[in-house]
Amino acid sequence: MADAGAPVGPESPVMANVAFTVNGKRRELDLDIRTSLLDAAREHLHLSGSKKGCDHGQCGACTMIVDGRRINACLTLAVMHQGSDIVTIEGLGQPDNLHPMQDAFVRHDGYQCGYCTPGQICSGVAVLAEIEAGIPSHVTADLNAAPEATADEIRERMSGNLCRCGAYSNIVEAMTEIAGRPA
Amino acid sequence: MKSFSYERPESPAAAAAALAATPNAKFIAGGTNLLDLMKLQIETPTHLVDVNGLGLDTIAPTPEGGLRIGALVRNTDLAADARVRRDYGVLSRALLAGASGQLRNKATTAGNLLQRTRCPYFYDTAQACNKRRPGSGCSALDGVSRQLAIIGGSEACIATHPGDMAVAMRVLDATVETVDALGHERAIPIADFHRLPGDRPEADTTLKSDELITAVTLPKPLGGTQIYRKVRDRASYAFALVSVAAVIQPDGTGRVALGGVGPKPWRVEAAEADLPRGAKAVTAGLLAGAEPTRENAYKLTLAERTLGAALTEARA
Repeated sequence: MADAGAPVGPESPVMANVAFTVNGKRRELDLDIRTSLLDAAREHLHLSGSKKGCDHGQCGACTMIVDGRRINACLTLAVMHQGSDIVTIEGLGQPDNLHPMQDAFVRHDGYQCGYCTPGQICSGVAVLAEIEAGIPSHVTADLNAAPEATADEIRERMSGNLCRCGAYSNIVEAMTEIAGRPA
Repeated sequence: MKSFSYERPESPAAAAAALAATPNAKFIAGGTNLLDLMKLQIETPTHLVDVNGLGLDTIAPTPEGGLRIGALVRNTDLAADARVRRDYGVLSRALLAGASGQLRNKATTAGNLLQRTRCPYFYDTAQACNKRRPGSGCSALDGVSRQLAIIGGSEACIATHPGDMAVAMRVLDATVETVDALGHERAIPIADFHRLPGDRPEADTTLKSDELITAVTLPKPLGGTQIYRKVRDRASYAFALVSVAAVIQPDGTGRVALGGVGPKPWRVEAAEADLPRGAKAVTAGLLAGAEPTRENAYKLTLAERTLGAALTEARA
């Protein structure tokens, strides 16, 4: 807690206009600047696919792909994303037009309760892109060789997405299939 | 979260000036640590200076044969840079051992250096913590301390620096570059950047209140076998109980630093002369004067064994 007598901030919330592209559409919002990107999507744009699990960057349920990279949308302010290109689970695919990763999660039973699933799928899509781009991980044996989408690599790279139902092994199978490797 | 105002300055000096102009203002870059702490009202800035628009996001060779890493280079990009992977493997390895993919995509080089401790009493606002609330006491001293410092702490604080990246930077002898509100530049050796708590644990670093980190510079490559070995409670996405950053040359000489044991990356250059004699001899010098609690005395053994494993790996 701040000490008594410490400087205090503005008495009323500070508002800001934020414009960004969400799932291919330009969106403009007037927001309390304290609004996280996650709350902007869920509460203001009514894109409730991205989930609020811990709200502290520990669970990954809020994962979105922003400017081509997966991030925890709970740990960033919407106002810091002026002009960003944001993709949420709704932008990856829809029930009648699933993204291949969504389809693979369904076929491999990559979830049980489903709460972490939007974050898992956004993260999964981005993980395969990171491997494709040659970004190493903690378990990559040779830092100077191209990493491959092995089960060990997938497990390590997905460690920021928790699943309390324990669907991990099926998530690895779904991702392995999309990566084009035998399960 | 407490209310605050917000601005996006256009230059590093303007950013430093903006920070100096408002009491209790903070820089925000990746935000992955600061916003977490703001939600818990552990940090309550009245004003945020968003530095994300300042550039400072490139990695460039220096005339001395090293690399100058911009303050806003993201952890993912630093770990994946081909030059860093080839010439500073210990730094890539340390970065990749930290946090999660999502966090590394946001977290910056400067922000990583400035991350606050993960001491449970710093995080619990119902507890006494001299780092969070100066003068309130330290609940950790008689509390749950298995994660906390075994060396470098004080009667006022036994928190650790939680990071991995800084441990590698310490072994590489990196330099932190800054600019202040008047535009004055300064270069701080990484050894002098993080400070011991003493009776002022609220200050994690030697930065002045109007100083902005602009870059971290690495000297020319050391060669050798570069290893970062981290021991933690789970296989991924956890803070270090003990970590070892090591650069070992073919003749058995080298450098080592420890993470997870103290308020700053822990390196004792004099102890490195014992590297050819093995982990026990080095650890004796490195951790001489350690004052562990009953709960974290295991770190003395763990540090020696982790260093031993790193030295075995280097010889393989």
